[in-house]
Amino acid sequence: MPKKVRKWEVFPGKNKFYCNGRIMMAKQSGIFYLTCSLIVVTSGLFFGFDCVYLAEHVTPAIPAIGVALFLFVMSTLFRTSFSDPGVIPRSTPDEAAEIEKQIEVPNTSSPGTYRPPPRTREVVVKGQVIKLKYCFTCKIFRPPRASHCSLCDNCVERFDHHCPWVGNCVGKRNYRYFYLFILSLSVLCIYIFACVLTHLILRAQNDNFLNAMKESPASIVEAIICFFSVWSIIGLAGFHTYLATSEQTTNEDIKGSFTAKRGQDNFNPYSKGSIIKNCMTVLCGPTAPSLLDRRGFVVPEVSQALVVQVSENPEKEHNSVNVRHEYYGSTNITNQKTNSTGMNTADDINNESKNVAKREMITYQTPDGTVNSKLPPNSGGGPPTCTGRKNHIWDMTLNQLNYMDIVIPITSENTESGTKGEKTVVSRGCSTEY
Amino acid sequence: MSEMENLAALPVNQCIKIFVQRDFTDGTAVKFQNKYPPELRGKIEESQFSQTLNTLNGLYAEAESLSSRTYCESCFACLTAYLAYLCMDTYYEKCLKKVNRYIEEQNKTVYVPRGVMLVDPVERGLRVLEICLLNETNHR
Repeated sequence: MPKKVRKWEVFPGKNKFYCNGRIMMAKQSGIFYLTCSLIVVTSGLFFGFDCVYLAEHVTPAIPAIGVALFLFVMSTLFRTSFSDPGVIPRSTPDEAAEIEKQIEVPNTSSPGTYRPPPRTREVVVKGQVIKLKYCFTCKIFRPPRASHCSLCDNCVERFDHHCPWVGNCVGKRNYRYFYLFILSLSVLCIYIFACVLTHLILRAQNDNFLNAMKESPASIVEAIICFFSVWSIIGLAGFHTYLATSEQTTNEDIKGSFTAKRGQDNFNPYSKGSIIKNCMTVLCGPTAPSLLDRRGFVVPEVSQALVVQVSENPEKEHNSVNVRHEYYGSTNITNQKTNSTGMNTADDINNESKNVAKREMITYQTPDGTVNSKLPPNSGGGPPTCTGRKNHIWDMTLNQLNYMDIVIPITSENTESGTKGEKTVVSRGCSTEY
Repeated sequence: MSEMENLAALPVNQCIKIFVQRDFTDGTAVKFQNKYPPELRGKIEESQFSQTLNTLNGLYAEAESLSSRTYCESCFACLTAYLAYLCMDTYYEKCLKKVNRYIEEQNKTVYVPRGVMLVDPVERGLRVLEICLLNETNHR
C-alpha cells in the first residue's frame, strides 16, 4: 500500500509546513526569528537582572505580571505566525471550468486584445457595489475583502497585509491574534521600560546614576531596545485600533476603498454600525475554522486515466478551456487539471452529435477545430501569440454557438431531456447571464 | 437501499455538476444564493431545494452570528492565551459539523434517491455548494 499523502504536502501555495501540517508559515521567515529573538532576549534580560532586584526591593508582583504578559505575547505571536490566515482553497477543476465558461461572454467585445481585460464581477454588499476580481492563480472570483498574497501565492480572506515580522499573512483567521499581539507587545514594552527605569533610579538613590548603570549593564540594553521599538509598536497598535473600530483592513485603508472622496455614497458595508460592536467582532467574534484541511488525506483521482484517453481522441473540436489555460500561462498542475475538464466538455458535446442541428454546427466549425487543436500533440509550432489570439477569438464564437445549440434543442424538444440535461449544466453560467 | 448505495458509489468526479455561488448581499458571512438551478427541474422540486438552502443558510448564519455564546468562548480562550483552542472545538466548528450532518441526512432521504447529491461546501472551501447529478456522466 502506497504511503498516504496528506493535503499539506501537495498544497499549491508557497508556504512552509511543520509538525505534519499543523503549523503553517510563509516561505521566508527570517524576520520572524528576529522578532522572536528580540522579544525573548529582552524579556530574558529583564527577568534575569531587573526582576530579581525589583522583586526583592519593591514587590514580587512585578515578575509575576511580567511573566503573564510575556506568555500572552508569545502565544499570540505563535498563534499569528503558525495558523492559517484564512486561505481560500483553490478551485477544483470542474469549478474552474464552470467559471471560465461564465467569464467568456463579456470578452467578446474585445477579441483582438492580447491580454484580456481584468475580469471582474460585481456584487452588491448591503447596497454598496463591490467589484470581485478573478484570480488567475486560484481560479476563483475573490470574495469581497479577499486578496491574493503574492509572497504566499494564496488568496486570503479579509486580507490585511503580509507581515514579515510575524512570518505570515494577516487575514481573517489570525487578525485577532495579530492585533492582540501588537497590543500586548506594546504593553510589555512599556512595562519593561518602566521597570528598568525604576530599577536604575532605585539603584541611583543609593549611589550615583553612572554607578547604577555600571552595576546592571543589561538594564541599559533593555532600555535601548524598548525605547527604540516602543514607538513603532505603539504607532502600529494605534493604527490597528483605529482599523478595528472602523472594521477595515490595512489593505482597504491603503487603497482608500471606503473614503468619501470617491463618491458621496461610499461607505464601509462591513461595519457593524458602532465602534464597540466592531471591536467586539474583531476581538470576540466567531472563529472561522481553517478551510484547508491540511492534515486530511489526498484522495487519488481515478478519473485521470480516463481523461487522458479522451484527450487522445483526434475528433475533439473545441476544447476551449484548454486553450485558454495554455494562453494565460497558469501553473502546471492546475493547468493540467483544468485541461482535463475542458476535454470532458468537448467530448461531451461530441457525443451529442446525434442531434442534427448540433452536427451541422460541428461540421461548420471543423476548420476551427484544427486551429484549436494546436495543443502540444498537433501543434506545428506557430508563433504563440498569434495562434493564441486566434484561438481566443474562435473560442468565443464557438462557445456562443454551442450555447445557442444547447438552448434550442431544450426549448424545442423538452421530452428528450436525457442527454440534453447535461448540456444545460455545461452552459448554465451563460444562460443566467442572458 | 442497495440502489442508493450504488448511486453514491459512482465516481462523483465524472458527473455533471451544478455550482451554487455565494450570496454576498448581507456581507461576507457564509450564505448561498437561493436560486433554483433549472438543471434540477424534474428531479427536485423548487420548494424542496429552497427549503434545503434556507436551512443551510440558517445553520451558517448561526455559526457566524455574534451570540453571547461566541463572546464567552472567545473571551475564555483569550484569558487562557488561546491555549484553550488546542483542546476544544469552537462553536463555528460545531456548527459546521451540524451542517455536515444535515447535508448527509438530506442526501440520504431526499437527494441521492433522485439522482442528485449535495457536496458539503466545506470541502470546496465554502466557496460554492456543489450539486452532482449522479446519473449523468460527463463522458462515456
